[in-house]
Amino acid sequence: MPSALRESLFAAMIAAILAVPLIGLEAASTPTGLALHTRWGAAAVAVAAVFAGRLGLSLWRGRLPFRAALPAGFGAFAARHRVWISVAGVLFAVALPFLPFSNRYVLDTATTFLIYVMLGWGLNIVIGLAGLLDLGYVAFYAVGAYSYALLGTHFGWPFWVCLPLAGAFAALFGLVLGFPVLRLRGDYLAIVTLGFGEIIRIVLINWSNLTNGPRGIGGIPRPSFFGLPFSADPAPGTESFHTFFALDYSSIHRVAFLYFLILALALLTNLFTLRIRRLPIGRAWEALREDEIACRSLGLNPTLVKLSAFAVGAMFAGFAGSFFAARQGFISPESFSFIESAIIVAIVVLGGMGGQTGVVVAAFVLVVVPEWFREFAEYRMLLFGVAMVAIMVWRPRGLLSHREPVVRLDAPGGGP
Amino acid sequence: MGRKGRRGVLEVSGVHASYGPIEALRGVSLRIEAGEVVALIGANGAGKSTLLMTLCGQPSARQGTIRFDGEDITRMPTHEIVRRGIAQAPEGRRVFPRMTVRENLQMGELAHGRRHFSEDMDRVMALFPVLAGRSDQRAGTLSGGEQQMLAIGRALMGRPRLLLLDEPSLGLAPLISRQIFRVIREINEADGVTVLLVEQNAHHALGLAHRGYVMVNGLITLSGSGSELLADPEVRAAYLGGEP
Repeated sequence: MPSALRESLFAAMIAAILAVPLIGLEAASTPTGLALHTRWGAAAVAVAAVFAGRLGLSLWRGRLPFRAALPAGFGAFAARHRVWISVAGVLFAVALPFLPFSNRYVLDTATTFLIYVMLGWGLNIVIGLAGLLDLGYVAFYAVGAYSYALLGTHFGWPFWVCLPLAGAFAALFGLVLGFPVLRLRGDYLAIVTLGFGEIIRIVLINWSNLTNGPRGIGGIPRPSFFGLPFSADPAPGTESFHTFFALDYSSIHRVAFLYFLILALALLTNLFTLRIRRLPIGRAWEALREDEIACRSLGLNPTLVKLSAFAVGAMFAGFAGSFFAARQGFISPESFSFIESAIIVAIVVLGGMGGQTGVVVAAFVLVVVPEWFREFAEYRMLLFGVAMVAIMVWRPRGLLSHREPVVRLDAPGGGP
Repeated sequence: MGRKGRRGVLEVSGVHASYGPIEALRGVSLRIEAGEVVALIGANGAGKSTLLMTLCGQPSARQGTIRFDGEDITRMPTHEIVRRGIAQAPEGRRVFPRMTVRENLQMGELAHGRRHFSEDMDRVMALFPVLAGRSDQRAGTLSGGEQQMLAIGRALMGRPRLLLLDEPSLGLAPLISRQIFRVIREINEADGVTVLLVEQNAHHALGLAHRGYVMVNGLITLSGSGSELLADPEVRAAYLGGEP
């Protein structure tokens, strides 16, 4: 197989160019300063591994039906039983804090996971439904977080007042960003939104008077349970959560409360999306993704349709952001770097754009699994890349890609 | 659906339009009376599709005026023009492939409010019975002819007074295109919709139309009733394969 051989040699050459400086040379500190050590053996092994791997892949692909490598019935099974899977998932999520194995660590991880699920569902409105590739989604998350942090610390406004305000501010930013970029499509839109995300982060770092710069904002007030704080010893004459319900004080109450709060917010995002898909505006988003010219010829105003998708998506990021600030009690621009946007986009893409269940699976793969394998944190980006390549090869339309029609005349079965 | 007695008069005078440096329309004037079917024929690249797009404001005319029922629509954005009662079944059908037939039809009504959905849908299904059995099928899985029917049906959902059709018979089997021409006549006669039909299939189009225009290099060179144009020796030579 000369072509496979040629491809492998080429891959090995690329690997050699990368491996010589990255693996072959090592800067080691010695008592007299830095010294350069060489590790040509390791570099040679890396090049050989790439050569063999590429050759193996070429030969293997020639022989095996590549696409059949993953159980093909998986997506179809998930599609058929989606209602039951969803119900079971929600029930499990509600029961989680009461299960025997659940402890503070489990609930904290689950809360982080749900933040990403919510962000994934929110971004799914923009990418999955409206087809606008937004790489700066974390900007709206940051706007929501800083809205609550600033309003809460400066004016002492409670969380429940700031939550809708944070959503409104983020939506406003969505409109501000959306307006100039509406003419752009695809790659160009992605680049501009990516830039916008970075601009927000840099403004947060440099506008020290307002945001306290890279030192961040601390002492953000914690949300209360409808006015009842989660404090160990409430001020005389006031009640706190555990005294009101006559419980022993436990710090897990607050953790569980935050968990239920984000669960409710995430489910709200999901219900909103499921509902709006049936409404004219949601239908218009999907149509816009399918064919903008056809949309125009049907009398839809693409500007309005796109702006609304941007603003609604941003609003949910704002909600999630204010929750994040309330949960952490401390935020700094570091939490809103590009990698966050990348993870959220990856969740949406891996989940199968437009699908809701796939987002949950993808968030689990990208957020919870790395948490379990903390020891391998250094290889996280490598695994990330491998996972992306694997998905593109086997399931180019996402882990669970299946669009359900939102209107039907009679029982299912008329579809293709 | 359009209703009899409503107007649908289109007046185009001296319209120039260009894509970048290329001038595609060089002073086109034509007039379509309410209730007419008018065919626009011409060779590839004559500017027929550009004229339809310009009527919808994409691109908008550089010079000249377009009036619809007396109102100047020359500089209006597309969605405003469409809301005034001009619907287009664009070239290449452009149905929404991942949405079902029914959802596609709903999209046609979206910009016009949703007051008569089931009535309008019944009408479209009556015009194109083949779609009725497929209302929950994804549009992308329909055959070319069915997609064309869906594109026309979707344009009708907004109850237009003027329907613009860009090559509805393109790439269709003769039997299917005859069926589509029959429906165009029915839309015009029963529902009173004015139709401007761009066609390569000059024989069929002129046979159906009350009047026709011939377009060459961005200009209208000839006009007349459908039968006059069919009998015209130049038209026969250029567009009907010179058959006797």
